[in-house]
Amino acid sequence: MKDLAGARPEPAFEITVDGRPVSVLPGQTVGAALHAAGIRSWRTTRFGGRPRGLFCGIGVCFDCLVSVNGSPEQRACLLVARAGDEVVTS
Amino acid sequence: MNAYDLVVVGGGPAGVAGALTAAQAGLRVALLDSGARLGGQYFRHLPASFHASREGMLHHGLDRFVRQSGTLERLADLRLGHQVWAVTRQEELLAVHAVMTSDGPHGHPVELPVVLRTRALLIATGAHDRPLPFPGWDLPGVLTAGGAQALLKGNLVAAGRRVVVAGTGPFLLPVAAGLARSGTRVAEVLEANGGLGLAGHPWLALSKAGEAAGYAATLLRHRVPYRTRHAVVAAHGERELTHVSVARIDRDWRIRATRTVECDTLAVGYGFVPQIDLATQLGCDTGHDLDGSPIVTVDASQSTSVPGVYAAGEPTGVGGAVLSELEGRIAGLAIAAELGTPPAGEPPAVPGLLLRRRTRLRAFARALQQAYPVQDGWQSWLADDTLVCRCEEVTLGAIREAQRLGATDARSIKLLARPGMGWCQGRMCGHAVACLAGQAPQPPRRPLAQPITLGALERISDDKPN
Amino acid sequence: MADVIVVGAGVVGAACAYYAARAGLDVTVLDRGPVAGGTTGAGEGNILVSDKEPGPELDLAVLSNKLWRELADGVDFEFEAKGGLVVAETPAVLEQLTALAVKQGVEHTLAGDLAAYEPHLAQGLAGGVFYPQDAQVQPMLAAARLIRAAQDRYGHQKVRLRTGVTVTGFLRSGGRVTGVRTSEGDLLAAAVVNAAGTWGGEVARLAGVHLPVLPRRGFILVTEPLRTPLVRHKVYTAAYVTNVASDNEGLETSAVVEGTPSGTVLIGASRERVGFDRTISLPVLQRLAAQAVALFPVLRDVRAIRTYCGFRPYCPDHLPVIGADPRMPGLYHACGHEGAGIGLAPATGHLLAQLLSGQSPSLDLGAFRPDRFPAEAHS
Ligand SMILES: Cc1cc2nc3c(=O)[nH]c(=O)nc-3n(C[C@H](O)[C@H](O)[C@H](O)COP(=O)(O)OP(=O)(O)OC[C@H]3O[C@@H](n4cnc5c(N)ncnc54)[C@H](O)[C@@H]3O)c2cc1C
Ligand code: FES
Repeated sequence: MKDLAGARPEPAFEITVDGRPVSVLPGQTVGAALHAAGIRSWRTTRFGGRPRGLFCGIGVCFDCLVSVNGSPEQRACLLVARAGDEVVTS
Repeated sequence: MNAYDLVVVGGGPAGVAGALTAAQAGLRVALLDSGARLGGQYFRHLPASFHASREGMLHHGLDRFVRQSGTLERLADLRLGHQVWAVTRQEELLAVHAVMTSDGPHGHPVELPVVLRTRALLIATGAHDRPLPFPGWDLPGVLTAGGAQALLKGNLVAAGRRVVVAGTGPFLLPVAAGLARSGTRVAEVLEANGGLGLAGHPWLALSKAGEAAGYAATLLRHRVPYRTRHAVVAAHGERELTHVSVARIDRDWRIRATRTVECDTLAVGYGFVPQIDLATQLGCDTGHDLDGSPIVTVDASQSTSVPGVYAAGEPTGVGGAVLSELEGRIAGLAIAAELGTPPAGEPPAVPGLLLRRRTRLRAFARALQQAYPVQDGWQSWLADDTLVCRCEEVTLGAIREAQRLGATDARSIKLLARPGMGWCQGRMCGHAVACLAGQAPQPPRRPLAQPITLGALERISDDKPN
Repeated sequence: MADVIVVGAGVVGAACAYYAARAGLDVTVLDRGPVAGGTTGAGEGNILVSDKEPGPELDLAVLSNKLWRELADGVDFEFEAKGGLVVAETPAVLEQLTALAVKQGVEHTLAGDLAAYEPHLAQGLAGGVFYPQDAQVQPMLAAARLIRAAQDRYGHQKVRLRTGVTVTGFLRSGGRVTGVRTSEGDLLAAAVVNAAGTWGGEVARLAGVHLPVLPRRGFILVTEPLRTPLVRHKVYTAAYVTNVASDNEGLETSAVVEGTPSGTVLIGASRERVGFDRTISLPVLQRLAAQAVALFPVLRDVRAIRTYCGFRPYCPDHLPVIGADPRMPGLYHACGHEGAGIGLAPATGHLLAQLLSGQSPSLDLGAFRPDRFPAEAHS
């Protein structure tokens, strides 16, 4: 994968997702990091309790909402992750 | 008051070209984009921290774009991470209202209002994917084609391990090719239109560029089957996608036969919806694209019906990155001419050469749109309990009930059954609801083009004029 | 031929149709647009007794409140008997509020401990009055489902809804109205009810009578859906009561905040007379946001995702027009309810149906007479 773009990413850091460590390459969004870690659903809908994760990937659909460092309803696909971010799913 | 000559909203090919052209002509320019990097959807690229030496592999023309962006950074005021939520007229000027998030006192992010005043505005807000609803389309693992692309191009993350790419339009090719090259197993590419297969792909037929041929070659090399007149008509899985129902469909998109394909990811897209919220806020005249999408009407100089307001790129009709960049350049030249600073070394008006190129590219874009229409048959894929509106979880059955109660258009269906009332404000379901109502999609009425905290809204006039 | 043609499929027209059908009459409802596409689709859905000065409108509101409760038993339009809390910033205002509540004579309690009602209310407010009868409906559903309920209960043959039909004139014979001229042809009826809301004046003019109904614009801000409700009741400041009754031309805003079953918070209410101008006004939105945050500081971090405006149908004396038009036999009016048309709809329909079926109305309609306004100055 990295060969594809000749990428030499800077060293990974960690964020936590519901207390569990997840590794992130600097510059990745929270949504991309979760996706890469195999976490693809992190929200349930308010009526049907349906699981949701990334859909549009570009900040338009609001399906990827997640709480980061206590701020609720952040768009995971837009938010660039920072070391130590605490992500809480709902 | 110290206002900008030009504020550009959108940092994709159209916006960057427009801003750069105007700035090079000596105008005082600001460019705003909600993203963390310039590029928009097409030139979405990896952050500098990836030190990607061969990123051009991921998309054509990136190197040039990055160079342009670098120049722009020196000549104009770049405001990334700014979400523009409204534009209003203030006497002779336009006021562009945005919000940006910054770290508050306790590391807790706070949203701040920003207002830029300007003599001219260039709307270069691009487009977003146009999904169609089908049973299971809200399962995690189902992504828009653009979403899969954003993961790869912007984050170097493959959308899944075994991916089906489906929908309609030329955009499916780069998405599938990108995934295949990244080592992802692309199980199938399903194009709902066309009877000719990859060899007869109108992109190949119409363009002399090697771009499409390259994608086709990649798919062949990775033995990815490309099937026309096929569609994913249902997605299945408990809490995540595990398999999809793939149907052979007729020319009206009615199902002929289905089979099951296992996959953990589906990337699906049925064309694009131009983002024209800011233009409709200002009362710009709109029209309809060939595929029925509402678009902003512009004249030869990319000027809308509202004085001082210009539009370039997808908001004037979906036509791709090359056309967008050209429109941006033309708008930049026209704005420079209008505001009275003739660009050095160039005649003030827009050279005829550019206009002729635009005519050709638009004809090409129209031909592509004609080759990939959305046919009504998709409505037959839905069951009564299929979600049409993801945000408010409105089913087809609820929409039909609203219609029986006397809701005869998309707006009153929304009032009775709530599709489009939620977070995305109808961006995902709007096209589908209009079709279900038997209407052409209407120009959006979104006085708030982005969510804004009440705390920021309360303080919009605190921001000192720049 | 119908007994009654109702012009307008807003909540008032729907209520007229419902009660007329219940009285045994044959009804056709016409609307140029869809059902509930007018001001009914642009309001908030409050059913208030708390905000009215003692007098005929309060009597109408109290009757209507009782009727809404009856209707809710059997028709689903998201009726919520949540109660309204009017808060006062200062002790002096609290005193005025309390005095008003006593004069109104409707059920109320002094809310000494505001936090017990609304845990997220701002600190430092002087107190408030709680009105348990105040309620909320989803107005569009209410209009649509009332018509549907009338059809289901009294027969689809007897109650017809025709959308996309514009009334362009009136049919007259021997000095009385005998039907309407429409974009889809002429329709005959023994009586025509003008329930055209903000456009009631235009419809009256088609019948040759003067009715001064004018638009008073209002903006509503809608927040993102909240997972846990922050606002339990309908909460508003005392200033709302004075604004409702004010004659001011210019912009007036007062905080009205309430949650909805879908999880959003609705924030009103602005009032200004600017004709039918839909242009978004950021100063209005800014003020609405500021007032809501002042009342509920937790809303500061909550996002507004939508805003819309509507045009309240108002008459110079702020009272609706309900009753037979003595100037034009066969013509009835049910319009001009300003900011209270949702609340007042059932009583309006009920009383009008009594008139239509030859009964005497159970409430004196004198104050709502259609011919109470001075004649239009002719130029
Ligand atoms: C911001 C705002 C907030 C509000 N909040 C509340 C509230 O909380 N509680 C409350 O009680 N009230 C509220 N209101 C007021 C309430 O919405 C109105 O009083 C009420 O909707 C009026 O209902 P209506 O049926 O008379 O009019 P409408 O709903 O406007 O219906 C009139 C219908 O007549 C049709 N029509 C007009 N002319 C013709 C023609 N020539 N031929 C055919 N059809 C025609 C129109 O298409 C329309 O559908 C609010 C209003 C606003 C603007
Ligand atoms: S995935 Fe659509 S907003 Fe984030």
